[in-house]
Amino acid sequence: MTLPMRFGQGALRAVVLALLAFAIFGPLLNLVLWAFAEKWYFPNKLPLEYGFTFWQRVFSPRGNALGSLGTSIWIAVLTVVLSLAVAVPAGYALGRLKLPWRGLILLAFLLPQAVPNLPVYVNIAQVFYRIGLAGTIPGVVLVHASHGLVLAVWIASAAFASVDGSLEEAARNMGASAWTCFRTITLPLAAPGLMASAIFVFLESVDEFTGTYFVGVPDVTTLPLLMFNASMGGNYQIASITALLLLVPSIGFMLVVERFLKADVLAMVGR
Amino acid sequence: MATLADDAVVAARPGGERRWVALALVVPALAVVGVFFVAPLVLSAVGAFRTSGGAFTLAHFAKALDLYGRDLVFTIAIVVLSTALIAVVAIAIAGYLTLGEHPRAVALLRWLYRWPLFIPFVVAGQIMRTFLAKNGMLNHVLIGTGLIEPISAQSMLDWRGIVVAFVWKQAPFVTLLLAGAMAAIERQHIEAARNLGAPRLRVLVDIVLPQVRGTLLVGLVLSFVTMLSVLSVPLMINPNSPTMITVDIAYRINTFSDYAVANALCLLSLLLAAFGAAFYLRHAVRSAAS
Repeated sequence: MTLPMRFGQGALRAVVLALLAFAIFGPLLNLVLWAFAEKWYFPNKLPLEYGFTFWQRVFSPRGNALGSLGTSIWIAVLTVVLSLAVAVPAGYALGRLKLPWRGLILLAFLLPQAVPNLPVYVNIAQVFYRIGLAGTIPGVVLVHASHGLVLAVWIASAAFASVDGSLEEAARNMGASAWTCFRTITLPLAAPGLMASAIFVFLESVDEFTGTYFVGVPDVTTLPLLMFNASMGGNYQIASITALLLLVPSIGFMLVVERFLKADVLAMVGR
Repeated sequence: MATLADDAVVAARPGGERRWVALALVVPALAVVGVFFVAPLVLSAVGAFRTSGGAFTLAHFAKALDLYGRDLVFTIAIVVLSTALIAVVAIAIAGYLTLGEHPRAVALLRWLYRWPLFIPFVVAGQIMRTFLAKNGMLNHVLIGTGLIEPISAQSMLDWRGIVVAFVWKQAPFVTLLLAGAMAAIERQHIEAARNLGAPRLRVLVDIVLPQVRGTLLVGLVLSFVTMLSVLSVPLMINPNSPTMITVDIAYRINTFSDYAVANALCLLSLLLAAFGAAFYLRHAVRSAAS
């Protein structure tokens, strides 16, 4: 390769990477600007004044953000507990045990990922309304968990499947009971994968919008709903600040995802 | 310490009984999916075909197609276009991550592409709502660099905004899956082709892509189905007609409590998804069986 060609290639590479960086960070930067803009109207390229007035409003006792944050976290914690309580046994059975109708059962756990969720939310909201679960936290948790547990089952079964069976056999041969073996060998080895599934379910619950929009109204306002209402009401500052709050767990998890989900577990997901 | 006794019980337990234990462990999770996912789905299908008296009818579909037929076409166009763009972006990025020969550029790209990975749709909607507006940063940058005249700056908050938001949010997910699958390919295949003088694009198309087709398909179908049922993005970026049928479904329910037409629309979106899901499930079952 000649030197000018190599230079041209390097320049092209830099331009493409810069464009990609703008495509990814431009929208995020725009959001940050809105979160700190006191005054910003057409045709000004940048906000006229920056400040924390809207942050004070969001976090004041009269603002709804702290309440919504609390609601979101409480719902997410309950969703994780419920999802893992049913997903860990199921994941163990799918990953390690001989299971009759395994293909069919896996298919059932693929369903919520392969089917549009809107019809489900619309109709479950109607049923919940009739039995008094609409607009309640348990109602929202059930909706979040029915979706979250699917991911949890997948990841848990992959995590259990990647545990080396010979270690368990060794423990059993030395006289450990099935339960002791599970508790001291299998569970600790699968723990990073289970942790990942817990984080996935938590994140999915915190970010969930559509289900909460139909089932949570009018009394359960999670952070995404607060953000949506502010945005539709034309209050871009409040919406952007709430959006920033929602970005913290999303981006944090993106940065550490590979520490929890090793390639061998990722490779087993959905198998 | 009853370990020896436990052991004896387990050892003596016939194989058939242990299979029932395994089944019992799965039943609670299956029950949750059945009651809170499958049952509402069945209700949706039933509701779409029932008159208020309980008789069978196709009137809801007629009404849905009459009122929202245009939106149905609009929805298909947006989701298909977005899926195609996601495929192009994901193949390009994952391909460069696998075949790129400039280690620093590869590392930078790996760090860069995944930022929107876990950002929820509702936040992506808000982000694009400001970024793509007439007064948004995109227009200011285009004007500032002299690419467009200030007079021709226009809002992209229509079908283009929805597509941009979908691709921005969903392409990293498919890229992550695809890059993972590409990394698992035997390097020898790639290196052999490179040594024989094949250009990288040919290696990507002829050697790498055929081996990761399954993963690409799964990622694209999952994205396709997800985008079909996203409500927040079209609601925030382009709520006026023509819009996506998710917005129409919410409108029928919130404004008229008209579950019948809403369910007919739901069933139409299920039909669209079934088209993609058929591919996906076939692949999933095949790899589950192997």
